Amino acid sequence: MVMTPEVLTLSETPWLFTGVMLGKIIVAFVATLLIVAYATYAERKIIGRMQTRMGPNMTGPKGLLQPIADGLKLFFKEDIIPSQSHWFAFILAPMMILAPAFVSIAVVPFGGDLQFTYDGTLYAVPMQITDLNIGLLFIVAMAGLGVYGIVLAGLASNSKYALLGGIRSTAQMISYELAVGLSVVAIFMLSETLSLRGIVAVQQLPLWGSDSLSFLPNWYIFTQPLAFCLFVVGSMAEINRTPFDLPEAETELVSGFCTEYSAMKYALFFMAEYANMITVSAVTTTLFLGGWGGPFWGWINFLIKVFAFMFFFIWIRATFPRLRYDQLMYLGWKIMLPLALVNIVITGIAILLW
Amino acid sequence: MAVNNSETMTINMGPQHPSTHGVLQLILELDGEIVTKATPHIGFLHRGIEKLSEHRTYHQIIPLTDRLDYLAPMSNNLGYVLAVEKLLGITDEIPERVQRIRVIMAELTRLKSHLVWLATHALDIGAMTVFLYCFRERECITDIYEKVSGARMTSNYFRVGGLSADLPDGLEGEIRDFAESMPGHIEEYEGLLTGNRIWQKRTIGVGKISAEAAIDIGITGPALRASGVDWDLRRDNPYSGYDDYDFEVPVRTGCDTFDRYKVRLDEMRQSARIVLQALDKLKPGPILADCPKIVLPSKKDVVNNIESLIHHFKIVTEGFKTEPGEIYHGIEAPKGELGFYLVADGSAYPFRMKIRPPSFVNLQGLPQMVEGRLLADVVAVIGTLDIVLGEIDR
Repeated sequence: MVMTPEVLTLSETPWLFTGVMLGKIIVAFVATLLIVAYATYAERKIIGRMQTRMGPNMTGPKGLLQPIADGLKLFFKEDIIPSQSHWFAFILAPMMILAPAFVSIAVVPFGGDLQFTYDGTLYAVPMQITDLNIGLLFIVAMAGLGVYGIVLAGLASNSKYALLGGIRSTAQMISYELAVGLSVVAIFMLSETLSLRGIVAVQQLPLWGSDSLSFLPNWYIFTQPLAFCLFVVGSMAEINRTPFDLPEAETELVSGFCTEYSAMKYALFFMAEYANMITVSAVTTTLFLGGWGGPFWGWINFLIKVFAFMFFFIWIRATFPRLRYDQLMYLGWKIMLPLALVNIVITGIAILLW
Repeated sequence: MAVNNSETMTINMGPQHPSTHGVLQLILELDGEIVTKATPHIGFLHRGIEKLSEHRTYHQIIPLTDRLDYLAPMSNNLGYVLAVEKLLGITDEIPERVQRIRVIMAELTRLKSHLVWLATHALDIGAMTVFLYCFRERECITDIYEKVSGARMTSNYFRVGGLSADLPDGLEGEIRDFAESMPGHIEEYEGLLTGNRIWQKRTIGVGKISAEAAIDIGITGPALRASGVDWDLRRDNPYSGYDDYDFEVPVRTGCDTFDRYKVRLDEMRQSARIVLQALDKLKPGPILADCPKIVLPSKKDVVNNIESLIHHFKIVTEGFKTEPGEIYHGIEAPKGELGFYLVADGSAYPFRMKIRPPSFVNLQGLPQMVEGRLLADVVAVIGTLDIVLGEIDR
């Protein structure tokens, strides 16, 4: 006999529901933190190999304890608040940049349903902290909040390099948010839902609903290649990765908006950068690569795709020089924004015709 | 925040800044991100080398010259040594083997200097990988340095009238292997940069300077040749037997950062060619000129021959004296024309030594190359001028 799993609700099984939710939050949070820590290690190792050097290899076996050593070192450093800075904003900024980066993870589905029996009843728990019906808007909003952290850091430091970094990132993020936001509109039009869970479900159907192409899943990378490119490029700009790392261009602006930061506050910026990288990789995976769908067990597929994207970002960093401020603006406003608009129009026409 | 009444912001770039290549300080006036005025301030690395030289014998000055352009020490050694030889009138007595080894080392030095230039220039523009690739090859040259002179950076290898030591056994093969591998490595750098759209966008049309303006300022070296002026002292005023080698002088007419980049890369290919030719022509022979009053005798002669012992004692204790007079000799150093102007009063010390460092003169072009352009172009232009503060401040 096949039992239909019950959905956990707060009203019927409050304790079980709370316990499961807390469990999911802790697992997702700890996993993200671990990936953040080891993303720094992976980046140093991978770029090291690409640049004919070793990368960290002294702390622990194969240098595996390096992220922990770095964290400990930064934790015990003197925490300097410059006397000319605005202390409250100065302290607030790193938190404001880190929190949205982690919060976005909440709406990303990282696997299918987890089924378990409790007290004789079969329950299904989605492997996602919460399935907001405006999931994607929530992520875009959180990315927008992250900008405030950088701007605030730039302004509160009261340093010219930090100010320039802050100004650059404001302009950059606002410009690219537009292109990113518009590129995913085409996805909504196809999936007719904003829930990330819904978008993943649609992508598990055969490609274009056609049986002859049933060996391919209906991943939006096949139907929306242009939106995919725009989204990835725009995301790279939003998380300040090379070749869009202007806000912290160390050879121009010393360290950009985090010039004046030290100790754990600096570490928070650093963590935020990598957390953002994970978020962006996870969102791209969900939107364009069918989320957790694939040959292996749900969350393993998901992690493989996320790591592939992170590798791609690291690879880019080892390869490309940095764009100039005006060229960045040009690319954002005059190339990516019109392309995103054109993509929406084309998608609209295609939906009308078929 | 020191924002003055107008709408510009003044920013101190340097002397502690990751991309001012040492201790250059630039006072930039910024209107947003646009540079309205750039004023270079120099002197943070002033060690008084010209003044120190007035109290040292001619041989004792050679190690000081290592510290001028510390990325190309042997070129400095060569320029100084040639100037003193010209002052003494022994230019024609330099043995052939010495000439060849000097050319080999000078061209390796050019490669070494250009490698650091490319590494830091690319890093300034954000291409991190090229930096480490270049330093990998530079390491080979540094190893060669260590084998011939015992030092990796401050070589102090050339002597007035010759060399401090002959090449160690087996080094010729090593140099040959390196020079043969170099064109392949240059392809590798070009593969990462030349065709890269971002690299092109960051360099084409950036930091333009016309041939007239370059000549007015006195810019020399690759920066001048990228502005379309076909001028290379190795060919136009040969020294150390450079007329004996077959090489091309790369000239381009774009006047911008990209063309300066291409010119330097082509120069590196030519340098590798010259090194190989010189190795082919290298024959065994003496490594010091036959000028007993100037050149230190060998240890064997000192213990066996009373005259050599006297010469050795005199040269070591009081140095050699020159005729009164003044002389200028310029060489094509990696960064441009490096000149030594010596005024001699007949003693064992120069009365005055004036150095014409290429970086110092080339830096004068910076304000007009960056004014009206963006902040990010400033680091590109500093990189493309290839300045070394050890040479600017002396």
